[in-house]
Amino acid sequence: MQTINILFLLFGLGLFGFYLGRGRSRAIANPLGGIRQLHSLPSYYGLHTALWCALPSLFILGFWLIFNEALINSIVMSSVPIDIAPIDTASYNLLLNKVTNIASGVMPRDGQGAGVVNAADSLSSLRVTSRWSMTLLLLVLAMAGLFWGWYKVSVDFRARPAVEKVMQNLLLGCACLAIFTTVGIVFSVLFESIQFFRTVPIYDFVFGLEWSPQTAIREDQVGSSGSFGAVPLFVGTLLVSAVAMFIAVPVGLMSAIYLAEYASKNVRTFAKPALEILAGIPTVVYGFFAALTVAPFLRDLGNSFGVSISSESALAAGGVMGIMIIPFISSLADDVITAVPQSMRDGSLAMGATQSETILKVVIPAALPGIVGGIMLAVSRAIGETMIVVMAAGMAANLTANPLDSVTTVTVQIVTLLTGDQEFDSPKTLAAFALGLMLFTVTLMLNIFALHIVKKYREQYE
Amino acid sequence: MSPVETPKAVKVVKKSKTAPKSKKAVAPKIAPMQTLDIGDHHVTVGEIFSDKPKMTMRNINVFYADKQAIHDVSIDIAENEVIAMIGPSGCGKSTFLRALNRMNDTVEGCRVEGDIRMDGEDLYAPKLDVVELRARVGMVFQKPNPFPKSIYDNVAYGPKIHGLADTRVDLDEIVENSLRKASLWEEVKERLHQPGTGLSGGQQQRLCIARAIAVSPEVILMDEPCSALDPIATAKIEELIEELSQNFTIAIVTHSMQQAARVSHRTAYFHLGKLIEVNPTKQVFTMPEHPLTEAYITGRFG
Repeated sequence: MQTINILFLLFGLGLFGFYLGRGRSRAIANPLGGIRQLHSLPSYYGLHTALWCALPSLFILGFWLIFNEALINSIVMSSVPIDIAPIDTASYNLLLNKVTNIASGVMPRDGQGAGVVNAADSLSSLRVTSRWSMTLLLLVLAMAGLFWGWYKVSVDFRARPAVEKVMQNLLLGCACLAIFTTVGIVFSVLFESIQFFRTVPIYDFVFGLEWSPQTAIREDQVGSSGSFGAVPLFVGTLLVSAVAMFIAVPVGLMSAIYLAEYASKNVRTFAKPALEILAGIPTVVYGFFAALTVAPFLRDLGNSFGVSISSESALAAGGVMGIMIIPFISSLADDVITAVPQSMRDGSLAMGATQSETILKVVIPAALPGIVGGIMLAVSRAIGETMIVVMAAGMAANLTANPLDSVTTVTVQIVTLLTGDQEFDSPKTLAAFALGLMLFTVTLMLNIFALHIVKKYREQYE
Repeated sequence: MSPVETPKAVKVVKKSKTAPKSKKAVAPKIAPMQTLDIGDHHVTVGEIFSDKPKMTMRNINVFYADKQAIHDVSIDIAENEVIAMIGPSGCGKSTFLRALNRMNDTVEGCRVEGDIRMDGEDLYAPKLDVVELRARVGMVFQKPNPFPKSIYDNVAYGPKIHGLADTRVDLDEIVENSLRKASLWEEVKERLHQPGTGLSGGQQQRLCIARAIAVSPEVILMDEPCSALDPIATAKIEELIEELSQNFTIAIVTHSMQQAARVSHRTAYFHLGKLIEVNPTKQVFTMPEHPLTEAYITGRFG
């Protein structure tokens, strides 16, 4: 039976179990004087039965889906005749592919060796056996669970806490899923990076001043030994982020102060959504705004003053990125400023302070940890931002602190290293993972720092 | 409530009304113990006026958007007296208090009508500097609200803003004096530079009082200053109020009738936004003039 059919069947059985459990609890309760005699509401007995029916089967099904194929493959491969038995991983995979393709009819059976055809046949039959025995096992398990749930229904049975416990574990499972995914991502990046650091020493990568990730394809190729010094990339990233923050922090903060402290209700209802629209613009749109509008404008402006500004400058990319981050900072800052108790403002105003004195001397200092936390989050967003810099900052890995020059960033390099057809064992491609790992580490530290500050802020007034 | 009490009608009505009202209008300084008729539906009884008024309020109406919170209240606050405002919850005593230093300006949709003067100066005149007014009329709030700064900076906040100290030594002196007057100095002199939020609730409230008196106000408004405090801290604050009354005029809103009886010289009883009775405290608590006052102080509602 197809997996999807099994799922439907289990769902149907679960539903049946629900009505069965609920009906039985009612049947038990009625002669005793109504459902108030039961420990839990009838629907909890129903849920309890349904969960017992469906959950164990679902678990088994999940395990089967994960391990079935690998198990069958290893059985088949261990039974192939000695003359065609694989000698290394590559030939193992090749043979396995052949067998699988013959079994599923993609490859013709004619002209293949008898050993291979036999293996394909045994693969098919094993698959069928496994699937049917699994279906049978699941059904038996579901019926057993159904019966158990039905059997447990009694006046004293505490179905409500039991269901509660299952719910709790379900939520825990979802939370774990998110965490495990993160861990999985980290490890996949980590392993590729380790592979990279086998060819390029970690010291050269972290402290190297030259980035030119061209490796020779042929032994005799000229001038492409490749150098993987990440410093120019991180300097470029920092430069672009710094320009972005230089624009976003003052503008975002001041608009937040205006919205939180001065704006009338009418202005607020109009201005806040307008700012949020700014946050909703896709970054790729910002990207071509930067590349096609801002960068040429800056270049022409520079020309008219006799200053040479590269047409792909850190200033253009950073400036547009700053505009993108404004709503991020202003909405976070608005939240923390609004969270400062009105009693603080009252206290200051009642002392005869003006509104701007109150904001400057009482409200902002009180909200400062939260504001700093918000800025930190914005910084890690700026560092990780990709699309704008890909389109507007350029590819040249210049080691410079001049925002008028063209620079490249870590994210831009990751994109260029991994787009198109790539060989996944050359240091050129693996360098992307090492860059990713470093970037991840930096933003993670920034986030931890920011969260730490935000947490500290929460204890401020009590 | 009669329809004449609609906001824009108030002043017109007063002038067009019958004899008793116009009598009040021409003669604000009536002798004590006289009844003031403020409308056919409402009369404030008792000693409303003073010979030596610090602040005078005449026909005050306060509105929150369209809802009227204070109805035609007139009262004097005498120099160096402690006047207590009592009444059931929502009777408008806090609103009235906040009209005295224009803190209601910060509430959106709040409107104050009528005539409020301090030393004869109209507090709601267009050219009046609100900031300066609030330096002259200090306020202590219901919940202690020290700034998240050090104890020293909390007290120095006002003097710094208003430029009351030229040198650090002057500032130190102001801070010490204010803390002494708020009887907090002995408890905090060793830790002036620790955060004010780290003090106990009662100490925080005394810090707020020190902060208020650091700018040498003439009047101090206290909005239920002890409602968040335990009995011992309350006793300390009450003691403090008595000491402060030698130098300051104090208006205190309180929910505790015992507190009003202990600390105040005069007591004003508010009911549903109207001022029902003003009399010397002793009289209010022993033989109130108005039946509503009597009902309240004997605990029949509130």
